[in-house]
Amino acid sequence: MQATDWDFGEVKPPSAHEQATLHEQVQAGPEFVELRRRLRGWVFPMSAAFLLWYFAYVVLASYARELMATPVSGVITVGLLVGLAQFVSTFALTAAYVRFAARRLDPLAAQIRCSMEDHR
Amino acid sequence: MSAEEQVGSVGLNLAIFGAFVLVTLVLVYRAGRTTHTTSDYYAAGRGFTGPQNGVAIAGDYLSAASFLGIAGAIAVNGYDGFLYSIGFLVAWLVALLLVAELMRNTGRFTMGDVLAYRMRQRPVRAAAATSTLVVSAFYLLAQMAGAGGLIALLLQIPAGDRIGQGLVIVVVGTLMIVYVLVGGMKGTTYVQIIKAVLLLVGTAVMAAWVLGVVGLDVGELLERAAERSPHGTAIFEPGLQYTNPVDFISLALALVLGTAGLPHILMRFYTVPNAVEARRSVVWAIWLVGVFYLFTLVLGYGATALLPPGTVTAANQNNAAPLLAYHLGGEFLLGVVSAIAFATILAVVAGLMITASASFAHDVYANVIRRGAASPRSEVRVARLTAVAVGIIAIVGGIVANGQNVAFLVALAFAVAASANLPTLLYSLFWARFNTTGALCSIYGGLVTSVVLIVLSPAVSGKPADPATGRSASMLQGVDFHWFPLDNPGLVSIPLSFLLGAVGTVLGGRRPDAARRYAEMEVRALTGAGAERATVPEAATVAR
Repeated sequence: MQATDWDFGEVKPPSAHEQATLHEQVQAGPEFVELRRRLRGWVFPMSAAFLLWYFAYVVLASYARELMATPVSGVITVGLLVGLAQFVSTFALTAAYVRFAARRLDPLAAQIRCSMEDHR
Repeated sequence: MSAEEQVGSVGLNLAIFGAFVLVTLVLVYRAGRTTHTTSDYYAAGRGFTGPQNGVAIAGDYLSAASFLGIAGAIAVNGYDGFLYSIGFLVAWLVALLLVAELMRNTGRFTMGDVLAYRMRQRPVRAAAATSTLVVSAFYLLAQMAGAGGLIALLLQIPAGDRIGQGLVIVVVGTLMIVYVLVGGMKGTTYVQIIKAVLLLVGTAVMAAWVLGVVGLDVGELLERAAERSPHGTAIFEPGLQYTNPVDFISLALALVLGTAGLPHILMRFYTVPNAVEARRSVVWAIWLVGVFYLFTLVLGYGATALLPPGTVTAANQNNAAPLLAYHLGGEFLLGVVSAIAFATILAVVAGLMITASASFAHDVYANVIRRGAASPRSEVRVARLTAVAVGIIAIVGGIVANGQNVAFLVALAFAVAASANLPTLLYSLFWARFNTTGALCSIYGGLVTSVVLIVLSPAVSGKPADPATGRSASMLQGVDFHWFPLDNPGLVSIPLSFLLGAVGTVLGGRRPDAARRYAEMEVRALTGAGAERATVPEAATVAR
């Protein structure tokens, strides 16, 4: 097995304590605190936003059926457009996350990872 | 089954389907030759790229419920069928933003791995395995239940011939067991990829064909659909299928929070070399799944617009897409589409079997029973034995559940996954204080509440009989022990599971090393330091 294959059972190998101390140091360090702040500062509000938007849609489809049935052009209704807008927003948020993660998360995560591997 | 459904040529259907089976068997056999370790068997050596895994995830996710169920629901009920697909798609954002990468970095093979990181291993692994097996069983039943209608279409064995259909289910189930035994996760992944490509190309061709028939004019397609539908323009408005708004909200909650708790989806994140590839997989899956649902929208309204009125009814709605294929491209396209639909069921069943067997062998056998002392060799042997057992259960369940509503059974699997798994996973990944008591409360609390509410729901018993057919829309006929008013338990069981997890955490004791373990898990989760690496050589080049 590889060096990374640690045992997390009840019995810890002696080296585990040393390793964990390193993890605690890293966790308290400014780079890691910044990484966590960036990740949570993006994914939590965005998750709240898309869930709210989705449930707004669900509630409209359940309780505002007249509004959803309003024709916009020909047989195309508000409901169809709002439904398709859910597709558009899902695709857009996916693309936005990929951009954000590649720019703001991945380099910092790699930096911390490398410094930890040097430490060993 | 009415005479008009006996369309197509059995020989042609069998030939096309046989070709699929042959190609996949060869691939599975080749994959099996390189499957030796637990990492090979459960996670394909973590050697798939993000795009490959993304296609495989789409293959795992786009089950018979998505293809046949949603196209049929749109054909019959219009807009309300579309609502299902929106929930199924938006749900992927939960997986992308909150779960996929962190899980990839912290676990090895199963959901139990993530929980075991900083909690007492044996109870949380047992709990995670229990919920994995229950969710997989619901999902498996749904897939096998859908097989009956397809067999009727593909081989022209009528639904009334229970023995004939049962025999086919036995043959199909045995084939699946062989796939999983021989090919492990790698072979299963190849099956998913081939199936996903066939399914996406097949639906794309059909959607393009439908649009071609109406001169690429979507407005024209919708107008024709409204003319032909007995509901008129009401098919563009919500309300034909879901008459109870609260029930619909409950379903919507289960759909959007269920995906990121489905064990067979979670397990796929371990087949790639690192978290960035896990992210790429989900991104690929989102695009493929989204585009696929747009195709089903065209197919559903297309079936209403192009088929003679009355061809697709509530009773045979699962066959809307195949019947549309016959209308467009005759026997050949019908053969292709029904073979694809059948391949869809096979691939999803294989994915569920490997997930259930991994969870039992890795969490229950290796870590709960043998307390981590099992050799990888014996663990894989137990996993293979479990796969056989799960396969046999699927065969028996498939024969018993034959004819049940597919999309509905899948929605129940989503509700159980969203109740038992997702709250526990999110707490475990993001909440420093979360502990063993909290995990057990949210898993078992969510699991028991959702299953009990399903049993006591009108979905199982007590819906009034349809005056036309004399049959109730409930699963059981002639009895009424329903107590819970909603078909789907999500609205109650999901918030309750979050609440139980929080209460359990506050009441439960804190381990002395909790802070140290959380530090290790959080650092690994966010940075990928020390995460499980790929064990196959080509992955190293892929990862860079």
